[in-house]
Parts: sequence; C-alpha cells; structure tokens
Amino acid sequence: MRALYDRLKDRFQLGELTRQRPDLGFVTVGRDHLRALLVELKDVEGFTHLVLFTAVDWLEDGQFQLTYLLNNRATAQDLGVRLMIPREGASMDTIHDLWPTAETYQRELYEMFGIDFPGSPRVDEDFILEGWTDLPPNRRDFDTKEYSEATFAERAGRESHDPRDHMKQKLYPDGE
Amino acid sequence: MFKIEPDRSQYPAHNPDGSCDIDLSSGKYVKIWHGPNHPGITGNMSLELTICGDEVVEGRTRVGYLHRGFEKLMERRTFIQVFPIVCRVCVPEPDLNEYCYAAAIEELAGIEVPDYANWMRTLILEMGRFNSYMMYLGGQSGSLGMGVIGQWTTYVRDLMLDRFEELTGARVYHMFILPGGVRDVLPDGFAARMEETLKTAERYLDDVDKVMFQNAVFNKRTRGVGYIDPALFDSYGVTGPTARAGGATTDVRRDAPYLKYDELDFEPVTGTDSDIWARADVRRRDTRLSIDLIRQILVKMQKPGEYFAKIPNVLHWKIPYGETYIRGESSRGEYGYYLVTDGTGYPRRINVRGPSYTHAMALLERLIVNTNISDVGALMVSLHTYPPEIER
Amino acid sequence: MKDEKYTPLPRRPIGLDREELKKRTVTAPDGQTFEVDPIRDYYCQDAPKAHQRSYIKIVEDFFNWCRAESLWILGYGTGCGAIEMRPLMTPRFDAYRYGIQWRPTPRQANLLMISGYLSVKTLKRAIRSYEQMQNPKYVVGLGSCTINGGMYWDSYNTIKKLDEYLPVDLYIAGCMPRPEALLAGFEDLKKIIKAGGGEGANKYAENFEWYKANQKSVIKDWDMPDYNW
Repeated sequence: MRALYDRLKDRFQLGELTRQRPDLGFVTVGRDHLRALLVELKDVEGFTHLVLFTAVDWLEDGQFQLTYLLNNRATAQDLGVRLMIPREGASMDTIHDLWPTAETYQRELYEMFGIDFPGSPRVDEDFILEGWTDLPPNRRDFDTKEYSEATFAERAGRESHDPRDHMKQKLYPDGE
Repeated sequence: MFKIEPDRSQYPAHNPDGSCDIDLSSGKYVKIWHGPNHPGITGNMSLELTICGDEVVEGRTRVGYLHRGFEKLMERRTFIQVFPIVCRVCVPEPDLNEYCYAAAIEELAGIEVPDYANWMRTLILEMGRFNSYMMYLGGQSGSLGMGVIGQWTTYVRDLMLDRFEELTGARVYHMFILPGGVRDVLPDGFAARMEETLKTAERYLDDVDKVMFQNAVFNKRTRGVGYIDPALFDSYGVTGPTARAGGATTDVRRDAPYLKYDELDFEPVTGTDSDIWARADVRRRDTRLSIDLIRQILVKMQKPGEYFAKIPNVLHWKIPYGETYIRGESSRGEYGYYLVTDGTGYPRRINVRGPSYTHAMALLERLIVNTNISDVGALMVSLHTYPPEIER
Repeated sequence: MKDEKYTPLPRRPIGLDREELKKRTVTAPDGQTFEVDPIRDYYCQDAPKAHQRSYIKIVEDFFNWCRAESLWILGYGTGCGAIEMRPLMTPRFDAYRYGIQWRPTPRQANLLMISGYLSVKTLKRAIRSYEQMQNPKYVVGLGSCTINGGMYWDSYNTIKKLDEYLPVDLYIAGCMPRPEALLAGFEDLKKIIKAGGGEGANKYAENFEWYKANQKSVIKDWDMPDYNW
C-alpha cells in the first residue's frame, strides 16, 4: 500500500494516506486529478473492481465527501479515493464509462443527496423515491422525524421517545 | 455441453451503448410490467419490459418498494441502537449485516473480540448462508415450474430455523451478533441436534440433485441461457457465486479471510459455463460446503469461554473520527459496510454495499436484452437478488 | 424545513404529467389511426358500491361461512413479513388445510396480506391491488410496522397507520409474526367473518372520499384513476 502511494503521490498530488488496515487505505485527491487517478488505478495498478461509490455529508464544512472504494482482486487490497466537493450546486463528473455499474450509484446520489452527474444515463429518473419534492433525504439538514410527523398519520396512544433521551432516563436514571 | 443460440437476427438492432430505438406507437412493441405484484419476481421489485413478440428488447429494473430510509435512520441513533436496524436490511440472511456492522464498530472503537465469539459468529454466518441457499434452490426450481423442490427446501430451512431459534430465540431476525461479541454460548447438546439437521438436509439435497439437476426440462431451459461474459465481471461488479460460476475464484472467505475462515479447510466452489445452470450448480455445491463448514466449526470450536468483550457505557459511547469498510461473503456475493464516524455518539454515515445492488440493476438490464420472456423469471432468480439490500 | 440555498435538480415529470399518460394518436401496423387517452380508456372510473346484505339471516350466515372457509391470499409480499409466507404454505405449517391458499392475481384473491411496513411507493401498488380484488375482500396487517410504525416510526418513507389508507380487518402483532401467530390470526379472521364482521369492502365504499383524501395526501405521484377496477 505504501509503495503504491509513493508511486502515485506526486503525479496526482495525493493527500496524506490513511492506513486503516494493512489492506485498506484512504487517500484524498483533487477534482482535476480524480479521473486520471481512477484510470491509472484501474488500468495499470489492477484496482479493477469498484466496490462502492457513495457520499458523506459534512454539513458543518459545507462539503460533500465522495468516496470511490476500489478493490484489487489479485493482491486483496482496497483503496478508498476521497474527494471533497462543495455542497452548494454539487456536481461531479460521471464515471459510468469506466464502470457501467457506477450509473446506478450516480442515480442514487442524484436522488438521495442532490449531487448532479451531467452525462450519466437516466440520472434524472426516479430510482428509489417516487414523486419526491422535499430536500434530498440523505442530506443532513433534512429532518426525517419532522417530515414523518408532518406527513403520516399517527396512531393515538403511541408514545415516541427520542432514542437517546429515553435510554438515558430508563437505563441510567441517576445521570452518571 | 450444449448451447442453444436462437436466431435473433430478425429482432431490432441495438445501438453500441445498449439502448434501442423503440417507437411504442408503431404497434410492434408492447410494454409490460413484470412485478411488483407478480409471482415470478424475487421479492418486491419490478421489471419494466419492452417486448417484441416474445423477445425482450429492453428491460429496466424498478426498485424502491422496500425503501425505509435506513441510512438516514442510522444517523439518528446511537451506536448500540443501530444494531437492531441493521439486520433488517437483508431479510433472508440478516446475520451478515450484524457481523459487518459489529466488526466496523469494533475496528473504529478498538475493541478486541474474544476468540470464542468469533467462532460463534462464523457458525451463525454459515447457518445463515445455508438458509439463504435453501431459499434460492426453491426459488430457482419454482421459476421453472418445479414447485415440489421449494416445498422440500423450505422444510429443510425450517429445520435450520429451529436450530437458530434454539441458539438465539428468534426465527428470522436473530440479533445475535452485537458490537463486542455475541449474546450467548451454545446450548447443551447443540452439536448433536445440528448433526441430525445436517443429515436430514443432506438427504433432501440428494433428492434435489436427482429431481432438479438431472431433470431434462431444467437442463434444457437453463444451459446456455443468461450467459455472463467473464470479461464483464469487473466492470459490472459481479461477485460471489455469480462470478464463481464463470470461473472466477473470488470468495471473500478465501481472499481476505475474516473471523475464523483462515482456520477452516475449504476451497471456493467454481463453475465454468457462467449460465443459469452453472450458477445453480455452484450454489448447490456451496450449500454442501456450508454443511461441511458447520461440521468443521463445531469440531474446532473450543469450550465455551468469554463471549462478550467489555464495551463502553453505550450512552456515552463516542467513537473518534474514522472511516472503514468491512466486507463479508454473503450467499449472493460481496457484502460490505462503509462506516464513517465523526467523534460524536452517532454514526456520520453508514453505507451498505449489497451484491444485489450491482447484480439486479446494471447487470440484469444488460442480460435481459434479447432473452425470451419465459426465461426472464429464471434469469432473475439465478442472480439471487434480494431487493431490500438494493434500496435499504 | 426547506433549505433556501438548495435548488432542486431537474427531474422527469411525475403524476398525470407523464408522457405515456397523455392523449395521443396511435397508428396501428395496418395503417389505421386512433386516439388513445390512457387514463380514460384503460380504466373504469366508477366509484365502488356497497354490497347489499341478503334479507334472510340464515342465508347471509351461510354466505359468510363459505367466505370464511376459502380465504385466498394475494401473493404480494409487500415487506419483510413475506418471508414467513413460504413456511406457511409448505408442509411444516401447511395453511392449505384451513382452506387458505395463495393466488397470483388480485382477481382471484379475497385476502390482502400487508406483510410488514409499507413504503409510499408500495402503498400505491397495494391500493391498486386491493381495488382490483373482488368483493367481499379482507385486509390483514402484519407486524408492528403496520399498526403504529414499529421501528420505522421516524422514517420519511413508511406509513405508520395502515387503517388510514385501507380498511383493515385484523392486525397480527410482532416483528415479525411467527407462522403460528399467522395461523391463529387466520382463525380469528374466520371468526370475524362468520360473525358478519368482515365488512371492509363496504366500509371502503362508504367512506371512499375519506380514504382517497388520506391516500392522496401521502402519495405525491398520483398517476392512476381514483378507482381501479
């Protein structure tokens, strides 16, 4: 993992390598170098398997983190490529031509996070939700409890507790 | 080996990107919905098929009928409260979810799991895999009209559910593997009763071999149908038995051993033909492998010892910033949890990587083009998709 | 709740604005042209009518006995409870001996099992399936999530109270209910029907406006007629 990082570090201006496990590392890359890095990893370094592609919402920093997790089947190593994009008007280049299956991930991110992928096929179609008009639900500023209370009828007599407060009162009444 | 290749020259040509210029107003094409309320679909999902005669010219997978917003709900719950939710991500094989989540938490929080708990987890995972394959064998034969095999395999699965019940107290959602270890030790005499169950299972599997795999109808309808080119495996994220049926030797249990798989003696089961028959065959032999592994585990397991590591007070349990990915081999392929923590008492993001996500979407949409409509059910089942893990 | 900064991304049209639901002219392969208005042509728009009871009690009781002894379930697994349906119809529990069987199409079924949580997208299909079933028809809600939301009480995509949207005859509690609980539930449903209490379809017809208003308040993408025969 370290040797691979040293090989690629200067060419793609990678950030610091986080070695989570001996076979799992995460690197940060700039937007300009992302595609070149993915192509290099896929075609030269043997990271041919796109394990997952997802986003993390860092609301406080106003950023989305996109994670492309690649797997090298021969050496059983995983490399997570992190990329930060601004939350406002979030948009990213599509990679469906490198991995056709990325098309599905991009449809999900479009719907659940509101990240645009211009050029990705059928990206504006309904994927999971149907007729959704509110904020994309996986954004952290979308409050699912508030939405649920406002939309769905509740059965009278059901008591709903905030999980954390309820546990605190029930299990540890004296505070601790 | 015989391959059937029907003459499909008279059907519409496809563009290089796989799309097809279909003019629905021409009266030549019919658009039909295969599901969600349809007996030939695996669970609550649907296929939107455009057919010309009885050949499918375009298929679109429509999912989202089982979406509960788990990834959002998990962000609202403390680390221990997430644990009853994760098993509901995949209904027929819930234990792997529990393992992946627990292992991710343990890695980020730095908890060392006792040895005995790891053996228990391995046992539970193999039992879950066996159950899942039993569902598959019933479904695959049922999709070709052989109802009786579903009756047998469901019965055998019920016997295994009895063992689960004895061990965990529940039939479907066991909630047995939790961060820190497992909930209990093996009950007395468990190994003997398990052996009895496995013997019954083997007897029924022998019958399945005869009735299903030596059946002329099953052979004719599955050989050469639904062929996946092994060159596509990487670009479409094909893993697990579906890939092994095409000659690939990807098995997470062997490639990146987790739990106690490196102490068990087994070789991944592979096939050659990459068609529906090969996939069914790989899963049939994998079921036998599971039985063998359960026996090995019960022999190699030591005497009950410590089975739960000390975890912090769950109310004040904060996990520092970190991200990790834990994978396991499910009965359908590579299953994984991507977990990001941010130093608070709640997970920042949990993403579930289900094998059905890639199999049932992009891959199925590609495979389904130019198949006969009567093969669609069998083709779908042969990819062994469970919709809840596509949409969570 | 809306974030001012967020501008929604473009989506394909939903509901009745959809391309395939618009009026259009179709040319058949033989050259004939004709107008198609999908919503009007493919469905019947009449609202459901309440079913008249028979005047003699013993005849009605006989009908109810017949109905109770042949519960035909629509094989639509709407949620995770569907996994316990398989053991139920196989030799271990064998619900067939109570006159219960599974049918592939709503036209042949008279019992709709809502097996677990209903997402909004499935609710729409469940309503369609229910309306396509023949009278008399019954609905059984399975699991805590149909009763009060269960563990999905704060989810943005699952309904919390099934009887707001469909007339429910019986709930079976549990997460998920065991096959034995389901068998007991079927026996209870039979008792209800034999006592003349299985009036869900009539209730639905009589309170049609209320049910529709509830359904439309949840289903944003309404692209079907008000009643699907």
